[in-house]
Amino acid sequence: MQTKTPPEKILRKEDASLLSGRGRYADDLPVPVGTLHAHVIRSPHAHADIVRIETQAPLAHGGVWAVITGEDVRKLSDPFLTAVKVAAPQWALAIERVRYVGEPVAVVVAETRYIAEDAAELVEIEYAPLAAAIDPEEACEKSAPLVHAEAKTNEVSVREFSYGDTKAAFAKADRVIAMTTTFPRLSFTPIECYVVVAQHNAAENSYDVLANFQGPFSIHPVMARSLRVPGPKLRLRIPPDSGGSFGIKQAIFPYIVLIAAAARVAARPVKWIEDRLEHLAASTSATNRTTRLEAGVAADGRILALAWDQLDDCGAHLRAPEPATLYRMHGNMTGAYDIRHVAIRNRVVLTNKMPTGLIRGFGGPQLYLALERLMQHIAVELKLDPLDVIKRNLIPAAKFPYRTAAGALYDSGDYPRAVEVAAGQGRLDELKRRRDDARAAGRIYGIGFSAIVEPAMSNMGYLSTVMTAAARDRAGPKNGAVSMATVNIDPLGAVTVTADVTVQGQSHETVLAQIVSAELGLAPDDIEVILELDTAKDQWSIAAGTYSSRFASGTAVAAHMAAVQMRDKLKGIGAKQLNVLPEDVELAGGKIRSRSNPDNALPFGRVAGTSHWSPVMLPEAMAPALSETGVWTPPELEPPTHDDRINTSFTYGFVFDMCGVEIDPVTYQVRVDRYVSMHDAGRILNETVADGQIRGAFAQGIAAALYEEFSYNEEGAFLSGTFADYLVPTVSEIPEVEILHYESPSPFTPLGAKGLAEGNCMSTPVCIANAIADALGAADVTLPATPRRIHALMEGGEKT
Amino acid sequence: MKPRPFEYVRPDTVDEVLELLAEYGDDARILAGGQSLIPMLNLRLIEASVVIDISRVAELGAINFLGNRFEIGAAVTQNSLMAHLSLKQELPLLATALSFVGHFQTRNKGTVCGSVAHADPSAEIPLILAVLDGQVTLRSKRGERVMTAATFQKDLFTTGRAPDELITSVTFPTVGRGFAFREVARRHGDFAIVAIAAVQVENGVMRLGVGGMTGRPMVRRIVAEGAVAAVAEWAEELGGFEDLHASAAMRRDIFRKLAPRVIEEAIRCAA
Repeated sequence: MQTKTPPEKILRKEDASLLSGRGRYADDLPVPVGTLHAHVIRSPHAHADIVRIETQAPLAHGGVWAVITGEDVRKLSDPFLTAVKVAAPQWALAIERVRYVGEPVAVVVAETRYIAEDAAELVEIEYAPLAAAIDPEEACEKSAPLVHAEAKTNEVSVREFSYGDTKAAFAKADRVIAMTTTFPRLSFTPIECYVVVAQHNAAENSYDVLANFQGPFSIHPVMARSLRVPGPKLRLRIPPDSGGSFGIKQAIFPYIVLIAAAARVAARPVKWIEDRLEHLAASTSATNRTTRLEAGVAADGRILALAWDQLDDCGAHLRAPEPATLYRMHGNMTGAYDIRHVAIRNRVVLTNKMPTGLIRGFGGPQLYLALERLMQHIAVELKLDPLDVIKRNLIPAAKFPYRTAAGALYDSGDYPRAVEVAAGQGRLDELKRRRDDARAAGRIYGIGFSAIVEPAMSNMGYLSTVMTAAARDRAGPKNGAVSMATVNIDPLGAVTVTADVTVQGQSHETVLAQIVSAELGLAPDDIEVILELDTAKDQWSIAAGTYSSRFASGTAVAAHMAAVQMRDKLKGIGAKQLNVLPEDVELAGGKIRSRSNPDNALPFGRVAGTSHWSPVMLPEAMAPALSETGVWTPPELEPPTHDDRINTSFTYGFVFDMCGVEIDPVTYQVRVDRYVSMHDAGRILNETVADGQIRGAFAQGIAAALYEEFSYNEEGAFLSGTFADYLVPTVSEIPEVEILHYESPSPFTPLGAKGLAEGNCMSTPVCIANAIADALGAADVTLPATPRRIHALMEGGEKT
Repeated sequence: MKPRPFEYVRPDTVDEVLELLAEYGDDARILAGGQSLIPMLNLRLIEASVVIDISRVAELGAINFLGNRFEIGAAVTQNSLMAHLSLKQELPLLATALSFVGHFQTRNKGTVCGSVAHADPSAEIPLILAVLDGQVTLRSKRGERVMTAATFQKDLFTTGRAPDELITSVTFPTVGRGFAFREVARRHGDFAIVAIAAVQVENGVMRLGVGGMTGRPMVRRIVAEGAVAAVAEWAEELGGFEDLHASAAMRRDIFRKLAPRVIEEAIRCAA
């Protein structure tokens, strides 16, 4: 096992470009000569039949080349594949019916975006409005309007699972304590919206697309199938930089197909840039969930069993990878707790709202809002200290690696110790003192805790848990997650690295340079990292991309493997030139030298260039050391078992948060007074980068707790269509967070590192909700806890 | 999010502006800082066949301190007024409120008169103009007239400006002794849910102004003694409107609880 800890506080390689405006984003890149611009016309109705689309007038408008409607899309493409077989086809444009406000209905292609938008006003679309299904629970009722009539129901998936003996465990419990929570719709709105530039080559019937798609590349076959071409005929290129992603840039894929089809109809390259209004109304949303969670509890707060009833509202279409919001967390439904008896019922409903998908945290915020609110509620009900209830249920350190009831294999951790460290050194005492002082002065103050397990690097097979075991057998096995990275050497021995990630600001360049340089005895600055991705020429698997915090335990390991492979070859080559045994060779300080006689040394470049200039000098039977690809696939990512147990992710970090909040009785605003966040993400590869990820997730956790929400009225009108209505907290609204690390290296990866980019999206919303519940003595805290909601809680009146 | 086609004109004199307004009337829009106009054009919420850019009309660029009042030209940005040497000393209420107007970046472009012309019911500048009993000077080819703040702003985005008129300046009197300003917004720089300004005009007598409750800022003379009851009664009269961020009841409760504090602060400030 590799035990080197790379140096900390390495500056980011990316900063010079990004901070001086030299990033290369999709919109910065040159486009082919003759590129036209697209504007998407969208549904103003939540649910309506499209009676007629009149395109004569816009086509006559100067500068307009094409107007594409659902009929063109029907001719040129197929509906998208979905994870659950259900008669609810989603096409790249609405056909015959619109099902949410913002759904694409037509595309105008013109010489400029201005002309396209002018011409769009000339497209006459006649709608016949229909009743809409908006509330998820009402949408499940027999009388509800059907979002997809062919499906005959809105409740498109119901699965029940049982692990252990839940019935017996509940019977043994002293108390059954239950809670219902609702997680809102929201997004994390990247600064850069979607960008697609598509060309169609009619001679080859192939598509060439530039898009700021983030992966996973399991979506590539979905797009190719929709465009009715084999995979290689859809060349997808990802720009070197992307202006934020947060999961959202997975859901660009219907637009890749749409703009590709538009380019085919227009017979010219077509560029589309999504604007902010389009992005807010129709890109994607976190899945709103209603959860009823029951715990069978002993009098001392020990939880004997859990019974979950989860209802996910996936909006108008079950767009891939939904209903993954439910299933990504399936293995870790017991969180950080040693609970052996669990029943789960998962239901998925379609409504006339924007389709949902990945948003940073993906399933975790929904899961832990219910579980950790219930933990606090149990403490209140049993008159116990909430932290004691958490501690009493934590998985003991001796049980690791720990197999959860639902099948996750938690790799490492010492949760009780991490909690002790975080609460120690006077931190909890200080928090309590601040609360007591505030309360003594008549102010409203509360303390919240949350303890969560943060899964990372998804098992590509987890989603098949939505199928029955028999259906899985018929469909063929799905599991694993392949990571790939390549180390290349040029004639003068310069080293470049490519990898299967898409760049969105996660500092992949810095960390890859760090890992590879450490093995090759070079400095990080000696390594060029090139991460734009081209499906026609670069290494990729279905697991490629940047999502599910897969980098630290996936691509970083593949890069480490590639570097070790290259290092070992260079040792062999160097040994021959230095006249020593390969075991005596080391790579250090830019030299390849004898370990026993360091004066016997050659410059790295001289040895590394040998494969270019003089392959004859290589050791016998060695292939030239020009390019080494590391391919990493951890054996722990097995398919679901016949009894539906699934190791949903590869690594499992731990986060423990505690905070103090004060509520202003005049303005009804929640102020976060103190926030402490303890992370165990195994070995930290780069502390600056790690803390940057944690701060980012924390800011978005604050957003979900207090600010951001997509609102619809009862008819399905979209109420948060601008940044004046959809409030993103800025630097002024984000409180300070004290970040702590506790390192339990993962035994399953050579680097020992786990993903950590999503933890606070999962832990922070509920930690603040718990503090608000403590402050107000209220059980029913709805997120985001806006002043309007706090006012309703404090002053009575309407529930909003 | 691209505007419909429009003509762009950038005159150098007020007379040219008035000429264009006389010709185009409602079809013309005045562009000063563009912080509200440009988004509305891009969202295609409003029509304009001609956009008249007054940002470089020299005679509209002046800030005049005239002893008992500030006269602010139509091209003066919010940040340049904030940077005026006498403002903090002579008109601290306005200086305080300006720091709540949007963000540093938007104040670099946004103008004082533009905010008054736009007439957002929760904007800070129209509230301060109203509470100080300020004036709006309008000119057209027909001549010049002066309106009080109270008569100028009629309702949500609605003012007494005629289609051929240009706001050439607004005037803030430096009245009163002791002031206070508070606002409640979701985030720093947002439009206020409720904004409250108080200025003491006589001993223990305030002009109290509130923005965000109704379609325009409202002002009332309130005696500090008994302010709690007076404010509570006024809150009920105003009602308050509903939006995504606040219910009417929440607006009333904030106003009821916060206004007496603002009055106290103004009195403390005077002392």
